[in-house]
Amino acid sequence: MNAITGTATLVRLALRRERVRLPIWVAAPALLVALQAANIASTYPAEEDRIAATRLLAANPGLRLLRGPAANSSLGALTFSDAFWIIAVLAALMSVWVVVRHTRQDEESGRGEMIASAAVGPYASLAAAVGVAVTADLVLAGLTALGLVVSGLPVAGSAATGLAIGASGIAFAGIAAVAVQLASSARTATALSLAALGAAYLLRGIGDALGRVEDDGLTVTSAWPSWLSPLGWAQQVQAFEANKWWLLALPAALATATVAIGVALAGRRDHGLGIFTDPGGPAAAPRSLLSPWGLAWRLQRGVLLGWAVAMVIVGAVVGSLGQQIEDLARNARLVELLTALGGAGVDLSDTFYAALLTLIGAIVAGFPLQAMLRANGEESAGRLEHVLATAVGRTRWIAGHITCAVVGTLVLLLVLGGVAGLGDGLVTGEPAARLITLSAAALVQAPAILVLTGAAVAAIAFLPRSAGAVVWAGLTVAILLGPIGGVVDLPGAVRDLSPFTHVPPAPAADIPAAPLLALLALAALLTTAGLIRFAHRDLALPA
Amino acid sequence: MTSAVSVSGLIKSFGRTRALDGLDLTVSTGEVHGFLGPNGAGKTTTIRVLLGLLRADSGGVRLLDGDPWRDRVALHRRLAYVPGDVTLWPNLSGGEVIDLLGHLRGGLDQRRRAELLDRFDLDPRKRGRAYSKGNRQKVALVAALASRAELLILDEPTSGLDPLMEETFRQVIREGAAEGRTVLLSSHILAEVEALCDRVSIIRGGRTVETGSLGQLRHLTRTTVTAELIGPPDTLGALPGVHDLHVDGGRVHCQVDNDALNPLLRRLTDVGVRSLVSQPPTLEELFLRHYGAVTDWPRSGEAR
Ligand SMILES: Nc1ncnc2c1ncn2[C@@H]1O[C@H](COP(=O)(O)OP(=O)(O)OP(=O)(O)O)[C@@H](O)[C@H]1O
Ligand SMILES: [Mg+2]
Repeated sequence: MNAITGTATLVRLALRRERVRLPIWVAAPALLVALQAANIASTYPAEEDRIAATRLLAANPGLRLLRGPAANSSLGALTFSDAFWIIAVLAALMSVWVVVRHTRQDEESGRGEMIASAAVGPYASLAAAVGVAVTADLVLAGLTALGLVVSGLPVAGSAATGLAIGASGIAFAGIAAVAVQLASSARTATALSLAALGAAYLLRGIGDALGRVEDDGLTVTSAWPSWLSPLGWAQQVQAFEANKWWLLALPAALATATVAIGVALAGRRDHGLGIFTDPGGPAAAPRSLLSPWGLAWRLQRGVLLGWAVAMVIVGAVVGSLGQQIEDLARNARLVELLTALGGAGVDLSDTFYAALLTLIGAIVAGFPLQAMLRANGEESAGRLEHVLATAVGRTRWIAGHITCAVVGTLVLLLVLGGVAGLGDGLVTGEPAARLITLSAAALVQAPAILVLTGAAVAAIAFLPRSAGAVVWAGLTVAILLGPIGGVVDLPGAVRDLSPFTHVPPAPAADIPAAPLLALLALAALLTTAGLIRFAHRDLALPA
Repeated sequence: MTSAVSVSGLIKSFGRTRALDGLDLTVSTGEVHGFLGPNGAGKTTTIRVLLGLLRADSGGVRLLDGDPWRDRVALHRRLAYVPGDVTLWPNLSGGEVIDLLGHLRGGLDQRRRAELLDRFDLDPRKRGRAYSKGNRQKVALVAALASRAELLILDEPTSGLDPLMEETFRQVIREGAAEGRTVLLSSHILAEVEALCDRVSIIRGGRTVETGSLGQLRHLTRTTVTAELIGPPDTLGALPGVHDLHVDGGRVHCQVDNDALNPLLRRLTDVGVRSLVSQPPTLEELFLRHYGAVTDWPRSGEAR
C-alpha cells in the first residue's frame, strides 16, 4: 500500500455521491456564458453600440472594480469581460466546495473515518478531492469553449475563455487543499478559502480600477495589484484579443505549489483536526449578550455585515454609473427599460437611479426575510426551547429578531443610497446634496420591504413548519409582479398586488406620503397579527 | 403537603396522534420524582406543557401554584429546565450559553457555576458546534444547576453522560434535594431512578399506569420463591395468587403475588422447609412489565 492507494475508488465514490450536484455546478456556468454571448450579440449588433459599451466600461473605475478591465470592442472581447469576472468566481466556488466536502467535511461526518480505516493511503482522500475538482474545472473549461464556438465566436478565443475560467477554478482547488489542512473545522476551511477568493477578487478589482485607460478609450492596462491575484492572471489572458496563453502557466503553477504544500501539511495533522486548532470562545458571556435582544443581534450580525458589504459595492457601482448613463441616452431600448422598471422622470440619471433603487430595494428585502427565517430556524432546531423555558416572553423574544430585521433593513438602504449618492456627488460636484437625495430615495423603499417583513412574521407565526417556502415564494411573486411586471407589461391591477408597485419612483419624482403610510399600516397589521398568533400557539419544536 | 406540579386528566393531541390521554402526575414540593415510560409515552410532551411551550387541550395543570400557560414568564423565574436533546448555538461558547440562560432565568450563582464546571470537567471555551453530545448536555446541566431555581425539570439529562459524570450528576442532584429543591426527572436509566427518586410515575401511551414510592411499587409485584421441602407439597396450584408453579419432587419454584405470600408460606411450612429463597422483584422486572403489556396489571388507583 502506498500513500495514495485507493484514490481511484474514492474518486468513483465522490463522483457517485455528486452525480446530481456536480453536473449542475459544471453545466450551469458554461450555459450562462453561452447565454451571455448570445445576449451581447443581440444587444449590440452594431460596432458603434459595442464601442459605446466598451467605452462605458473602460472609463468607469467602479465598473472595472466589479468586472475587470476593458479590452477592445469585438463581440468576443465584450463577451469575455461580461462573463469572466463572475463565471471564474463560480468555478472557484465549485473547487472549494468539492475539496472541502470530500476532505474535512467527510472527516467531520465520520464518513472519512470509515474510509481512513479501510485500505486507503494517507493522502488518498486529498488526492481524490483535488482530482475531482480539477477534472470538473477542465470539463467546465471544455463546455464553456464549446458553447462559445457554437455561438459563432472564434475557436482560439473560445478556448482561451474556457481555459481562463478553468484555470481560476484549479488555482482555488489548490488553495482549498491548503485551507483544509490549516483550518480547525470544515466551516473555517471554507471561510478561509472564500477569504482568499475575496482577496483575489479585490486585488484584481483594485488593480483594474487603478489601471490606465489607453488613448483609444477602449483598452485598459491594469495596475500591479491585478498581478497579485489568480483571478487577475486569468483575466489578463484577454481572450479573443491578445490570447496570452502563456499566462495560464501562473494559475497552474500556483495550483501545483499549493497542492504540494497541502500534501506536506496533511502528513502533520490529525484526522478531523487542522494545523490550527479552534482557539475557542470566551469562558464567560459579555454583558451585551445577556438579553433576548443581545442574543438576536449576535445571531443576525454576521449576515447583516455581509449584506452591508454588498450594499457598499453595489452602491459604488450604481453611483459611478448614474452620470455616464447620459452617454448611453442614444440607446432608446435602455431608456425604455429603465422607465418600465419604475423610473419616470425628465432627468435621465434620476430615472436610472429610481429604476435601480426599486430593483435593488426589492433584493434588499432578502435580508429581513432571511433574518425572520433565522428566528424560525431557532424554533425548528429546538434552541428556542432553552430560551422560552427561561423568564423570557415570546413577544419579547421575537421582537428582538424583528428589531434586527427592521433596523438592519434601514441601515442597508442608507448604506446603499449614501454610497451611491456620494459616488454620484463626487462626479457632479455636490456630494452632500446628492448624498441626502439618494439616501432618501433609497429609504423610500423601506415601507414596501417592511410589508414583506410583516408577512414573514405572520408566516412564521401561522405556518412555522413551511415558513421558508412561503416567504421566498412571496418575495419572488412580489418581485415578478412589481419591478419585473413593469418590464413585461403586466396589467396594472395585477401589478398592484406587489408592495413594490406602490413605491414612488424617487428621486425621479416627488415622494407622496399616502402610499408609504398605507404600506406601513399594512406592515404593522401583518406584524401584529403574527405577534398575537405567535404568543398563543404551540411551539413547533422537533418532536 | 403542597405540590410543585399537579396534573390531572391532561389531554394533548398533535393532529390525529393523541400524545397525552388523561395523564395524572403529582410532584410534591421537595421530592425527587422519577418520570418513566417507554419511548413515545409522552414524557417530553408533558414537560413541554408544564413549561408553557405547548398548550393543554384539556385537563388541569398547575405548576408552582400557577397556570403554566398564562403565568409562564413569572413561573420560569423559579424553575430551570434541561431539554432531552440539547442543541446549542454553533458560534456561542459553552460559557456564554451558561451565562445567557442563567441570566435570562433571573440570575446565576457564580461560585456554583465555577464549581459545577470543575466537577463536570467541562471546558466553557469551546464553541457549541465543537461539543460532543455528552458535553452539550453538561452545558445545559451546569446552566440549570447553577441557577437558584426551586424546581428542576430534567428530561433524560444523563443519556449522553459517561459513568463518572453520571455519578457526579447524582451527587449534585442529591445536594439539590438536600437544599430543598424539587426535581422532576424523566429517565430511562433505572439505576439512576432507584438511586435518586423518592417517588416515581410510570406512564404509557399518554396515561399514568403507576405512581408511588419505589417500595410501594415493589409491593404490587410478585416475589419469586424457591423452596426445598421435606416432602412433596400438595395442591399448591390451587392457592390464589400463585403463578408459574414448578414442582419437582420436594423442589418448588413459583411466583407469588405479594398479598398471597402468607398463605403460601404457611402451606410450605406445614410440609416442612429445608431451605427457602425468596427474591423481591428487580426494578427491571417491574418496569419491563409496565413497558410491555399493561392489561394484566392493576392500575395504580385501584391498587393503593
Ligand atoms: N410536535 C409533534 N407533532 C406530532 N407528534 C408529536 C409531536 N411531539 C410529540 N409527538 C408524538 O407524541 C407522542 C409522545 O411523544 P414524546 O416526545 O412526549 O414521548 P417521550 O415519552 O418523551 O419519548 P422518548 O422517551 O422517546 O423521549 C409520540 O407519539 C410522538 O410521536
Ligand atoms: Mg422525550
